[in-house]
Amino acid sequence: MEEYNLLKKDFFGKEQKINIYKKIYEIREFEKQAKKSFDVDSIKCPIYLSIGQESISATISEFFKPDYIFTQHRGHSVYIAFGGNKDKLIDELLGKDIGCNKGKGGSPGIQDLNIGMIGHHGLIGENVPLAVGAALGAPEKKILCVFGDGAVEEDYIFSSITFAFTHKLPILFICEDNNLSILTKKAERRSWEITDALKGIGMPVADILDDPKLIAQKVNEFKNNLPAFINCRTCRHLWHVGTGQDEIPSIDRLKEFKNSLLNEGIDLNELTKIEEKIKLENEELWKKHLPKQ
Amino acid sequence: MEKTLAETIKEITKNHLELNNGLILGQCLSAVGWVNNTVPDTKNLVELPMTDVAGGGIAAGAAIVGRRPIFVVRFQDFMYLNSSMLINYAAKAKELFGISAPVFIRALATEKKGTGPTHSGIIHSMFMYAPGFRVCAPMTPGEYREIWKDFMEHDSPMFVSEHRHSFNQIDEIKDIILPDSQITIYGIGYARFNVLKALEILTRQGIKCNFINLLWLKPLKLTHEKIESLTKTKIGLVVDSGFEIAGASQSIAYELMKKTKIYVEALGAEDKPVGTAERYENGTPSVEKIVNKVKELIKLKD
Repeated sequence: MEEYNLLKKDFFGKEQKINIYKKIYEIREFEKQAKKSFDVDSIKCPIYLSIGQESISATISEFFKPDYIFTQHRGHSVYIAFGGNKDKLIDELLGKDIGCNKGKGGSPGIQDLNIGMIGHHGLIGENVPLAVGAALGAPEKKILCVFGDGAVEEDYIFSSITFAFTHKLPILFICEDNNLSILTKKAERRSWEITDALKGIGMPVADILDDPKLIAQKVNEFKNNLPAFINCRTCRHLWHVGTGQDEIPSIDRLKEFKNSLLNEGIDLNELTKIEEKIKLENEELWKKHLPKQ
Repeated sequence: MEKTLAETIKEITKNHLELNNGLILGQCLSAVGWVNNTVPDTKNLVELPMTDVAGGGIAAGAAIVGRRPIFVVRFQDFMYLNSSMLINYAAKAKELFGISAPVFIRALATEKKGTGPTHSGIIHSMFMYAPGFRVCAPMTPGEYREIWKDFMEHDSPMFVSEHRHSFNQIDEIKDIILPDSQITIYGIGYARFNVLKALEILTRQGIKCNFINLLWLKPLKLTHEKIESLTKTKIGLVVDSGFEIAGASQSIAYELMKKTKIYVEALGAEDKPVGTAERYENGTPSVEKIVNKVKELIKLKD
């Protein structure tokens, strides 16, 4: 895994750092409210929350503007980071006809065609061959494809990614590697890393932490040399599906990133104001959709 | 000179690739005879590696962005692997996401001559079962032109059950309606050729049968003309090359019975895997089997 201290320069300035922080915080607040709504049974569908993994899509969205996004079941963070309609997302979680998928997709099956996000239907890793096919059909478009460490074990993933490499298709593959397939750790499932395998065929790859600074570096390095693959090691805070928690998360990237910003001299008051604003907007947003108590 | 079915497929494909910016994807398309000489050597042809699961997903992805790909699977048995993304995504996308994924799936069947357990299956029934597909089994140039037109007019994936033994076919297959027929036989796909041979034998033996072509399996286009014969003969038989149990023959026989309240039986491949040696072959019901079944049903009616 590559370390940040090896980096020689920052790949983004203060404004971008703040933007990323805002997005991470926005996703976190949204997901916290989704959790609350699930816990009181307002949301009745199985829910796949992104809490703990927000920094990945928040950072990518700042530097990479895809024409199409193919994501997986844990897709709220991607949806929000790239500007998907949050009203429609809430309505989808609530199973309404006016949801982003008319209540047919639920939490794992969200989409927003206005941001090029194509619906996922729940089969692990299916978005990878679909993304590859879309790139083959429309090679002038840039594509973002996001999936998890479980998905890379699906037999059709390797063949899809290597096909993209053979045909030089413009796809940025992102693996949100939380080291868990439901609750089974990677070491119990396999003895290899996907990045080693892909390195073997000559594909540009990176295996990094979900630190925005690292992600920024690699996205900027790869985005004009696609296809490329970034494995982002992250920490899912809650269950695979649902809102439970078995243990205290080993890391909270939101807090880590905030501390790093403070250490760089960004004013705490500035961040606090951002947080208060997002919190308030988020509460108002959910209030519009949830049944009156 | 009139074109064979193979030449017709090749011509349609060539036009699609050159004029519509279409795509054709498949494994070994340009190898050994260009898929029985049905694939043109032109632009927009993509050789897939041995990606029997991912391939269907790649085709579906290309369909999402509007390329209307032709996805060629050289042996229909391979659809057990290739169908995952097609069934799970291409066929559902319109209903679930409002996204069209019109893939034209050319699934080639064959049988006999030692094609054995993995190269001789005819499994179009599986695609009738999965919601979202249009399913057909064209065996003539005219039928192929009809289903292609239908594909271009709709935005659903289409499962096209082809049979290699029909690729030299030039003539259209017409329905046969005779006065005082004793039974109505409905033929699906390649089984129609054996039904026609059986009819010759039955005619010589003085048994009169009506014969109805079923090009479309889903949506099942049971027009008034296709049902009227059954209401007159008062007994029917549906013959298919695919497996009989839970297959197209049984399903369509049920639909016909439901519509007419007249007894209709099904005849298809037996419920066992195909072996390589001749004695283990299992596919399109033989001419003899069809003749015997028709006689059995007429006896039952009497």
